This record gives sequence, structure tokens and C-alpha cells, in this order.
Amino acid sequence: MISIENYILLTILTPLIVSITTPFLAKRTLLRDLLGPTGGLISFWGSIQLAGSVLNGETPSIEIIQVAEGLSIGFKITPLGAIFGLVASCLWIFAAIYSVGYMRGNNEKNQTRFFTFYALAIHAALCIAYAGDLLTLFIFYEILTFSTYPLVTHNQNDQARNAGRLYMGILVGTSLILLLPAIIWVWIITGSLEMSHNGILAGKLDPKYAPYLLLMFAFGIGKAALMPFHKWLPAAMVAPTPVSALLHAVAVVKAGVFTMLVVLTNVFGIDYLTGSGASIWLIAVASFTLLTSSIIAITKDDLKARLAYSTISQLSYIVLGGALATSLAVQGAAMHIIMHAAGKITLFFVAGAIYVGAKLTKISDLDGQGYKMPWMFAAFFIGSLSIIGVPPLGGSWSKFLLMLGAVDSGFIIVIFVLCISTLLNVYYLLEIPARAFFKSSKKEINPRIPILAALPPIFTAVITVLLFFYPHHLKTLTEMMVIQ
Amino acid sequence: MIFSAMGIWNYWVVFILMMIGLFIVIDRKNLLKKIVGLTIFQTSVFLLYITFGKITGGTAPILTGSSLTVYSNPLPHVLILTAIVVGVATTALGLALVVRINSVYGSIEEDDISAQDLIDYHDQNTPIEKTREKYSK
Amino acid sequence: MIDYLLIHFPILIVVFPLMMALIVVLISNNFLSWLVCLITTFITFLISIFLFNQLQDVSIISYALGNWLPPIGIEYIIDHVSIIPIIIISGIGFLATIFAYKIMPTEIDSNSISKTYSLWLLAIAGLLGLVTTGDAFNLFVFLEISSLASVTLVAMGAKKDRQALIAAYNYLIIGAVGATFYVIGVGLLYAITGTLNMNDLTERLADIENNRALIAGFGFMILGIMIKAAIFPLHIWLPRAYAYAPSAVSILLAATATKASIYILARILFSIFSTSEELVNYTLTYIILPLSICAMFAGTIMAIYEKDIKRLLAHSSIAQVGYITLAFSVGTKSSIAAGFIHMANHAMIKGGLFMAITSMGYYIQKRITLDTLSGIGKQMPITFFCFIVCSLSLAGLPLTAGFISKLYLIKASISSEGLWLGFLILFSSALSLVYLWKMIEALWLNSKDNNQPKVKESPILYSSLLVITFLNIYFGLDASFIVDSSFNAADMLIGRR
Repeated sequence: MISIENYILLTILTPLIVSITTPFLAKRTLLRDLLGPTGGLISFWGSIQLAGSVLNGETPSIEIIQVAEGLSIGFKITPLGAIFGLVASCLWIFAAIYSVGYMRGNNEKNQTRFFTFYALAIHAALCIAYAGDLLTLFIFYEILTFSTYPLVTHNQNDQARNAGRLYMGILVGTSLILLLPAIIWVWIITGSLEMSHNGILAGKLDPKYAPYLLLMFAFGIGKAALMPFHKWLPAAMVAPTPVSALLHAVAVVKAGVFTMLVVLTNVFGIDYLTGSGASIWLIAVASFTLLTSSIIAITKDDLKARLAYSTISQLSYIVLGGALATSLAVQGAAMHIIMHAAGKITLFFVAGAIYVGAKLTKISDLDGQGYKMPWMFAAFFIGSLSIIGVPPLGGSWSKFLLMLGAVDSGFIIVIFVLCISTLLNVYYLLEIPARAFFKSSKKEINPRIPILAALPPIFTAVITVLLFFYPHHLKTLTEMMVIQ
Repeated sequence: MIFSAMGIWNYWVVFILMMIGLFIVIDRKNLLKKIVGLTIFQTSVFLLYITFGKITGGTAPILTGSSLTVYSNPLPHVLILTAIVVGVATTALGLALVVRINSVYGSIEEDDISAQDLIDYHDQNTPIEKTREKYSK
Repeated sequence: MIDYLLIHFPILIVVFPLMMALIVVLISNNFLSWLVCLITTFITFLISIFLFNQLQDVSIISYALGNWLPPIGIEYIIDHVSIIPIIIISGIGFLATIFAYKIMPTEIDSNSISKTYSLWLLAIAGLLGLVTTGDAFNLFVFLEISSLASVTLVAMGAKKDRQALIAAYNYLIIGAVGATFYVIGVGLLYAITGTLNMNDLTERLADIENNRALIAGFGFMILGIMIKAAIFPLHIWLPRAYAYAPSAVSILLAATATKASIYILARILFSIFSTSEELVNYTLTYIILPLSICAMFAGTIMAIYEKDIKRLLAHSSIAQVGYITLAFSVGTKSSIAAGFIHMANHAMIKGGLFMAITSMGYYIQKRITLDTLSGIGKQMPITFFCFIVCSLSLAGLPLTAGFISKLYLIKASISSEGLWLGFLILFSSALSLVYLWKMIEALWLNSKDNNQPKVKESPILYSSLLVITFLNIYFGLDASFIVDSSFNAADMLIGRR
């Protein structure tokens, strides 16, 4: 039997191996395209084993290399990490199949380069999920940024180049100027870069400095798209949709909020946060981002832009949950990572499928097209319901926990924020299937959606339903996250 | 006070020469004059060292039969010999460069050279032969 | 026989390249002169490794020149502090020599090549002597040897661009003024202590308090060395000298010349004047620290506006030297160690960057600017990859050597000076990404008129580049060698504090 430590290596190294072998299979496109889904299956299986081991109470860990005194690169599976790992590897399978359909259907150039960096980005995301200390986390956080640059600028035109500059500028700028000194500050105060279950700062950092350290972390983690450092997300929508779907709805942004939750729970610790009130300002910023990006989303006619702003809003849900710093809120935040990922990836898959099949990108053009692509819009409808938080879709669990957590924390205004935002979500998300089915069409189109691009959204929509009925193990993992 | 000033007459000369040399290096635009300034500057340093070596009442540091003699310090002289050699090498190299610059640019005035360089800067791909043709008199 | 040689290694490491320089100039065949040069640099590198091994047992190796015992005779000292620049200089010298084989003939007249190699060895010998010697005046001699050899090497670039001549001339004049300042300082110190040996100077200076000659001597020495080390604002000679020098020479000089002078600065500040704490602290806090911060920003901002790539990298060197002097100016043991770490890492980073750019320039045949580079990265994937790794290392991004040095640097600054210094360092790092990204973009994306020649990368060109890139990544993952040596060095320099 494979030891549990080797499962860590298996899960993490599989996408790296896929990434390295892809260029060699440039000529044999069938084999090359099969690599992605195969790798996804292997990684997913590995991440299930790791999650199982965590559910049994173990904490598998492995140290890779000792860089210098007190600095090492190593991996450790925490409950939150297990959750993120499951999400990333499972959705990789569907995204890999979808990208094959999309790239072929669109006759895209440079497909080999695309798949190479795609797998590399997944590798970085999994390494972030299983990072054992702050140094490893930072290293792979940066690698994720750099490995996604060729994907964002895939089209290599002027628009892509400018988007790429904005993307790198914000992400690398925030991580170098704010995140790195925050990590070093923690290193100086506590003497090491290890994280522990209930935070390492208690007793080491004077509570009056805690808000400033948190500020550096919160804005330093640019991938969590807190305003005003959110612009990279809409800019990155110039990338092909598989990139937007997996990376900017699942891997990159989830890595951001994952890092945020890790910092809030394993570096600061829930008790320290409630005791020092260090995160109260973060509740305000997250709520602001939540509402503002929802309002901006309503004004957008471009489908991917609307989904981008919706993502920014949903990320702030997770940050809000972490900032509320009660155990139920944090659990809700962790659950939302899963639920939002499944729902959002469905929406992006549909957006891309519509583009490949019918070359439509604007919402106003989608009027009445519902009956031409019924399965797609049905999947869109289900995904939207999950994000809105309606039972019987998975998203209702996370919304519910977040509301409970808000009550627990005493910040009743947060409940109003969540309610208003839900109403806004209803409007800007359901508008799309509504227009598709109930309005009369302006254009006559004959959509031809490749089957490989059409199936994944249906599957992920089904997953959102299944997540409602079978959330038990995931719920247990989130509970383990906050247990004392 | 004049006597104490006269007592360190050497150091005054050193100081004045040093400043003259440095001024020439900075102020003069002619490349050859800069080298002259540098030489003056370096010479002042030689003078400084040798002045250190002289002990009041000391004689030349050569062993004769008699004892009870105060000798001047010979070490600074040795150091200065080294420094003179270094100075000569520097001057020689500087002069060689000036000769080469003259043959290529046609002038040894810094202003002219800068002006020509500015033209070249906007015309980046000019190899040396073409420029020589362009500016040969 | 070998045992006899072993004792003399400290002097052999300087004298051997010096002697071989004289032999190489007599060889008229270009290939043979390169070969002899290569063998010499290789043996020098081996000697430096051997000396490093010896240092594990003994903490100081002291060699008396000509058996005249110090403090009257000239002494050569190899200790944990000086071994770092020694390994850097001999290592980079060797790698650059391998690289120079293909590059030299394109930029230098074929009947001057053996003379260039001779000067090359002379420069390396001068730099090695600079860091090995334990006598203040002997240091001046080697300072001038390396300086004159470097000036001539820079002037050899005149075939490609005549601005090399005026750049070399400026380098000569400014360098000579700097060295003369240094010698004035040494003279003043000699006048009050009577000795030239560095260890002896330290002891005798301890007894002298509040002496104007001491302060003046200190000032002149520091000023002279600052000119040589190209510390802002005395850096004017550097950008043009590195930009117009032959490419192989730029690689050698950029990675080694300023490092040796910064090492001397550290020696003067922390070793010779270790007892005049007030004076040294004052200089560090009010002069070197602000100048370093200015250097960091001035160098980076000037690099952002440069189009000519080699000048851009030279400006970036000024900024990096600013980081090293910043580390020294903070003055604690961990910050001095961080300074040495960055010294070692920057040599690899800058060497790698110049090598990569030179490889690309070899095929482009024109002056390398942001415009002429357009898209050539796609045709030279290996070189491009190495370029990206070295750029990321320069910006201090993880998994590279540059990250390690930034990490230690920031940790040391935040610990003693507070967050503001850490922010400044990181802000300038983020700014440096701007010009690095400009270069990477220029290499990756085509400009409108794409008339790049079809190129096929040559293994000779990229083998040393790959070695340096590999070292960059290796020392980013397993930095214990560099970190431990630097901490040993810092320990030795300011042990008690």
C-alpha cells in the first residue's frame, strides 16, 4: 500500500508531471489531451485519500528540503487544505475535458503551451492547499501568479498584453510589498514560519498592532480580490474561458481566499481575533466589496465581465466569514469555497460553450436563445441558484452557516448585507436564463457546441445538487478546522 | 601664528596642489588637461607622504659607522616609488586613450565629443568605421 | 612538492594569473591564448576551493610575503570574510572565460584577442589580490592593477562602438581620483599609527581617540572606496563603462569588480575601525544608509527609463549595490550576513543576466535595445528560460537565490530599524520588476516589423549560462552553504556585538 506521505507527493506531483510531459506530446494531440483528465483523476483520488486520513484525525506531513536555518519547504494536510485540494483536483478533471472541447472547437493556436501552463498552475494550487508553513505557501503563491501569466496573455494581442501587465502588476505588487513583509514580521515575532491550529500570534504580538498586520495580509493577498485590488480579475477575462473557469473561478481566486482563511485561523487564530478585534475593519471592507461588486455586476453586459464581478462578490463572502471570526462563520466560509467553486465553474463553462458554439459574448444577444441551447441554460440556471443560495442546491448550506455565524458574532448588520447581496445576485444572475427563455430572439443562430464542452457544465451542475444532499464529510472537515 | 603656519609649509603646498589638481580634473574640458590635473593631484599626494617621512633633525637613512644618529623614515619613500609607478602607468594609459579618441572623434574637447555622441545616440547602429568617415576632417 | 605548493596557495592565487597574463600576451594564436586563459582561471578556481576547505579547520590563514613577518612585512589573509569574494571572483572568472570563447571574436579585432585575454587575467589577478591582501598600501597597488586592467578591457569595446573610449577614459580618471583619495587616507593613518598592516592598524587605532587626522583619514579612505564601488552618487562612471565594454568584459566586471570594493568597504568599517564605534556608526547611519536608499531607488528608476539593455542592467547593478551597502549600514550581525549573502547571489544573478543578453545579442548583431530584441526569446527558448529565472532572481521572487538574500535582508532591516526600511526595500524590488518585465515582454511579444534572423542556439554559448541559472535555483532551494558562510563572515567581522 502506498503510505500516506506518498499520497501527498502523488497528488502534488501528478499535475507537475503532466505539465512537463505535455510539450513532448505536442505532435500527438490525442495523447496530449488525454493527459489532463487522467492527471485529474489520479490527483483527485490522491486528495480523497488525504481527506480520508484527515477525517481519521491524522495530519500527514512531509518535508521536502531545508533551505536554511529555520526555513524549509514542506507540506502538511490540514482540514482546510484537504477541502481545497479536493476542490482543485476534482474540478481539474472537468476543466481538462472542457478545455479540450473548447480549444478544439475554437481552433485555438498554441494549445500545447496552454496545457503545459494549465497543469503547472494546478500544481501550484495544490501545493498551496497542502502547504506546511508560510514560506511554502508564499513560494507557491508566487509560482501560481507566474504560471498563469502565459494563460492570461494567451491571445498575445495588445489587449492581452495590457491585461497581463495589470494582472501581474497588481498580484505581484501586492504580494511583494504587503504580503512578504507581513510574513517576515510574523517570522520575527514568533521565530519560525510554522502555522498551528489555533494561531501562533497569541501572546507574541501586542493586540494593538494586530489590525495593521492583518491589513498587510488582507491587501497583500491580492488573489482574494478585495477592493481596491480587484481590477486584475475583470482584466484577466481576456483569457480563453477554460482559464477563466478553472483558474479565475476556482484555482487562483480560491488560493487567495484559502490563504486568507489560513492566515485568519492558523496564524492569527479565531480566539485572538475576537479578543483583539483586529478583524472588525475587515468585515467592513469585505461587506463593501461584496455590495459594490454586485452593483457593478448589474451594469455589465458582457457575460464574462458580469461573472467576474460576481466572483469578486462571492470571494468577499468567504473573507467576510473569516473576518467575523466565529466558528460557524469560518465553517460557512470554508463550505463556500466548495459550493461557490462548483457553481461558478458551471456558469463559466456555459459562457465559454456559448462563445464556442454561437460566438456570442453579450448578455443582450442571448435573448431567446434558450431553446436552441436548452441544456446549457438549464445548467446555468442551476448553477445560479446554487450561488444565490436556494435549497436544494449546495450553496444554501454555506449561506446558511454564514448567516448563523453573523448572528453569533453580534454584527447583525452583516445579515442585512448578506440579504441585500442575495437579492442583487438573484437579479444579475437569473436575468440571463430568464432572458434566454422568456424573451424573443433577435438573432438567428445555429449553435454547434462541441460535446466535450457541453458535458462538463452539466456534470458540475449535478454536483451542486449532490453537494446539497451529501455534505456530511465536508461539514466534518470544516468542523475539524475550528475545533479547539 | 605665522611661524606655526610656516612650520607646516609643506602641508600647505600639498593641500593647494591637491585642490588645483582636482579642480583641473573637474573643470577643464580638454581631455589632455584633465590628465595633467590628475598628475598634479597625484604629485601632491607624493609630497604628503614624503613630508611624513622627514623627522626633525633626521639624516638620510643610510647606515654609516656611527651610532647615535636620528634617521628619517625611509618607508614613505618606498611607498611613493610604488605610487609614482602607478601614476606613470595611469598617465600612460590615459594618454593612449586620448590618442585613440583623437583619431576616432577628431577632437579631444569633451564638448565636441559629447555632441558627436548625442548624434550617435539617436542613430544607434553606427559602427566605428562609418563614424570615422562621417567626422574625418 | 605538492605540500610545498600548498603552503603558498594564498599568494599563488594572486601570482599565478598574474604570471600567466604575461605568458598569454606572447601567444599569438587566438585559440591557444583562450585555452591558456581557461586553464589558468580553472586552476585559480580550484585553489580558491582548496583554500575554502582549509578554512574549515583553521579560522585564519595568514601568509607572510617573502617570509617577512607582519606587521613589518606584507601579509596575505584568507579568513571567512575574504573567502567569499575570492570564490565569487575566481568562479565568475572561470565561467565568464568559457563564455568568452565565442563572444570575443565578434567584438574585438582578431589580432588583439590574446592581448585582451592577458588583460582579462590581469584584472582577475588584481581583484583577487585586492581581497586577499592584509596590507593597506598593497591594497592600493592591487586596486590600481585591477582598475587599469579593467579600463583597458572596457576600451577594447571601441571596435563595436566608439563611445567605449570615452567611457573608459572617464572610468580611468574617476577611478584614479578615487584610488588617490584612498591613498591619502592611508597616508594619514600611517602618520598617526606608523603601520600599514590592517590588523596592526586596528590595534594601534584603538589607543587613539578624537584625532582629527584619524577622522580625515577615515573619510578619505571611505570616499575613495565608495568611488570604486560605485555607490550613489559616485556611480557615474559605471553605466557607460559596462554598457560599451565588450560583452564578455561586462559579464566579468558586473559580477566582480564592485563586489571586491564593497568587501574592502566592509573591512575598513568593521575591521580596521572597529574601535572607533562612534565614528563608524555616525557614518553608517547618516551617510551610507541614506545614500543606499537613494541608490536603490535612483538605480531602479533610471533603469526603468533606459532603452539600451546593457545600460539598463548597469543601472540595476547600482541599485543592487545599494542593497548590499544598505545591509552593511544597518550594522547588526544578521544584516552584515545578509549583505554577504546578497553579494554572492548578485554576482550569480548579474552574471547570468549579462550572459543571457549577450547570447541574444550575438545573433542580433546590432546594439541590443528593447526594440531590437523583439520576439527573439521565442527562438532561443533555453536562453530565454535562463533569462527569466535570473530576472525573477533579481526581483527576489521565491525559489531563486535572490529571494533568499531579500528574505534575510528584510528580516535584518525590520528587526533593527523597523518596518519602514523593509517597505522601502520591497517597494524598490517591486519597481525593479517593471524594467524586468519590460525586457521579458520585449523578448516574448513581437513588435510590428519582425525581421529577426532565424537562430539556432549554440551549446557553447549557453553551457555556462545554464550553470549559473542552475546555481541560482540551487541556492534558492538549498541556501545553507551561502547562508552559513555569510554568518561565519559576519561573526568574524563583528563578533562581540
